[in-house]
Amino acid sequence: MNRINKKLKEDKKLLSIYFTAGYPDINDTVGIIESLEKNGVDMIEIGLPFSDPLADGPTIQASSTKALKNGMTTEVLFDQLKDVRKTVSIPLLIMGYFNPILQYGVEAFCKKCAEVGIDGLIIPDLPVDVYNEQYKSIFERHGIINVFLITPQTSEERIRFIDSISKGFIYMVSSASVTGSNSGFGDVQTDYFERIYQMKLKNPQVIGFGISDYKSFSQATQYAKGAIIGSAFVKHLTTKGSDDTQHFISSLLQPQE
Amino acid sequence: MTYNINNKGYYGEFGGAYIPEMLYPNVEELRQNYLKVMAEPEFQEEFNALLKDYVGRPSPLYFAKRLSVKYNTKIYLKREDLNHTGAHKINNTVGQILMAKRLGKNRIIAETGAGQHGVATATVCALMGLECIVYMGEIDIARQAPNVARMKMLGATVIPALSGSRTLKDATNEAIRDWINNPVDTHYIIGSVVGPHPYPDMVARFQAIVSEEIQWQLKEKEGTTKPDYVVACVGGGSNAAGAFYHFLEDTEVKLIAVEAAGKGVHSGESAATSILGKEGIIHGSKTLLMQTPDGQITEPYSISAGLDYPGVGPMHAHLYKSGRAEFVAITDDDAMTAGLELCKMEGIIPAIESSHALAVFEHKKFKSSDIVVVSLSGRGDKDLETYIQHFGL
Ligand SMILES: Cc1ncc(COP(=O)(O)O)c(C=O)c1O
Repeated sequence: MNRINKKLKEDKKLLSIYFTAGYPDINDTVGIIESLEKNGVDMIEIGLPFSDPLADGPTIQASSTKALKNGMTTEVLFDQLKDVRKTVSIPLLIMGYFNPILQYGVEAFCKKCAEVGIDGLIIPDLPVDVYNEQYKSIFERHGIINVFLITPQTSEERIRFIDSISKGFIYMVSSASVTGSNSGFGDVQTDYFERIYQMKLKNPQVIGFGISDYKSFSQATQYAKGAIIGSAFVKHLTTKGSDDTQHFISSLLQPQE
Repeated sequence: MTYNINNKGYYGEFGGAYIPEMLYPNVEELRQNYLKVMAEPEFQEEFNALLKDYVGRPSPLYFAKRLSVKYNTKIYLKREDLNHTGAHKINNTVGQILMAKRLGKNRIIAETGAGQHGVATATVCALMGLECIVYMGEIDIARQAPNVARMKMLGATVIPALSGSRTLKDATNEAIRDWINNPVDTHYIIGSVVGPHPYPDMVARFQAIVSEEIQWQLKEKEGTTKPDYVVACVGGGSNAAGAFYHFLEDTEVKLIAVEAAGKGVHSGESAATSILGKEGIIHGSKTLLMQTPDGQITEPYSISAGLDYPGVGPMHAHLYKSGRAEFVAITDDDAMTAGLELCKMEGIIPAIESSHALAVFEHKKFKSSDIVVVSLSGRGDKDLETYIQHFGL
């Protein structure tokens, strides 16, 4: 069984962390993954940086630009990850835009993911129908789970369709926004979380975008199996560097006095 | 082979809608409605009335006599420079603002490179009393200052795009992010035949008036609806799409797309996408784009802000790949020289974008009997500073 599915079966709320590979320094990738696992993170999204990240706000844009300047490429990332499974056992996903994956070759990319122990992919700009018609069999052949997004504007019919073709979890974008806006969750979001919860989907949901602290993490996980924190962690890396994940993670899991 | 769009939103293998789920409801709403709305008689009536009385259409098809003598061929200029706001861009914004109103949107966003599309968008927003926000690269804000002032006078808010190369590509990214953040009340007026389906097709249809007019105007002047060549510059490709549209399937009419070679196609400072580009995804469309082997989009360069784009519309990618259109790359210097020549020989100051198309005559020999229609996509007022600097005037 894929590590993602196994993790989703655990009887706990899942904390998932996103960071941009090759940031702050090119060789930070594996060290960050190891320390996240050590400090209790359940799942990691490794960002494959892209020059034009359409769905990302300023924080992740800046980390992507820096990572690319640092020399991060698809090839370099796979090379960094080649021994990651010797030390890390939690599920690992790569989150990246479609063009770099297309250039690498979708089949070659999935094959390489399977080789190094990547369990799933999140590709925001690969539409569901294109995936279904052209790439599904490739992903399945290599045992790679593709994770789809839904938003507050996604129709019920489309959510049902996405649920029907998903094999791991559904990535619930918390509000209509790019990454990194953390205005907190009001009634609009909690109504949406409740609405999706009531749909009793086949796949568990993990909420992302705009989650930055204990409060928003607990709010989200009242309704969903887990939550993803991205920009807030990238900001932490920017100010504190890569050696201090422990404080950041513990602040998410316990209320701060 | 067809050169038009198929029912799945592709031109050959190019096009589609590679968009994040956050954009799906808006793009899908547009996809489901655009053809229906455009076919409504009231829409047609309103669109045509505005094109006539507000834009000033039909734009003249002008026989450039002295230029024709010099190059020993029959040169006609399709005078989109004479449109209200000074370029072909307004044909599209008039169409899209009517579309936005039909879809119940009251907030308009746009990207702009040269500022022509920004001005054309701000103009129709003022006309309809709608809020207008224009994203423009910081570099372009500096090199197209008069257009920034125009947009502000027209009531638009101009927001600088500070990421990446700070030009058209980045302005487009920011506009798309704005649309993600405002998914309900906002319509995004894209300025060229780029972006996710249905944009390339919708914009091409709004610009198609250009070739429709060329047909009957040429009939009046030459007794035929068919030129031998149609020549247009290509940034994203909207003036070319408009000038080519009604000739796409008639291969007796040869199409020439002129791209910006910048300082030379292989100088590292160029925007000649068809030559330098590879298949990939940019701004929601599968097309040809300039990128690294690793799939990162590279920064283009052209002296002309309107051609300074690393991609090209999917229609043009298909015209290139299929060989239907000939693609020519013109350097900064050659374009500037051709622009100045039009000033001196015909008394017309062209936009630097259009000057690229005019440079085709130094690049390629035509027969004396050939009828060559050049899309004079815009006027040069916005470019005076660049002309002055380039020639030390
Ligand atoms: C006068 C003029 N011509 C051409 C272009 C290039 O755009 P397109 O290729 O969409 O016609 C622009 C863009 O700003 C322009 O202002």
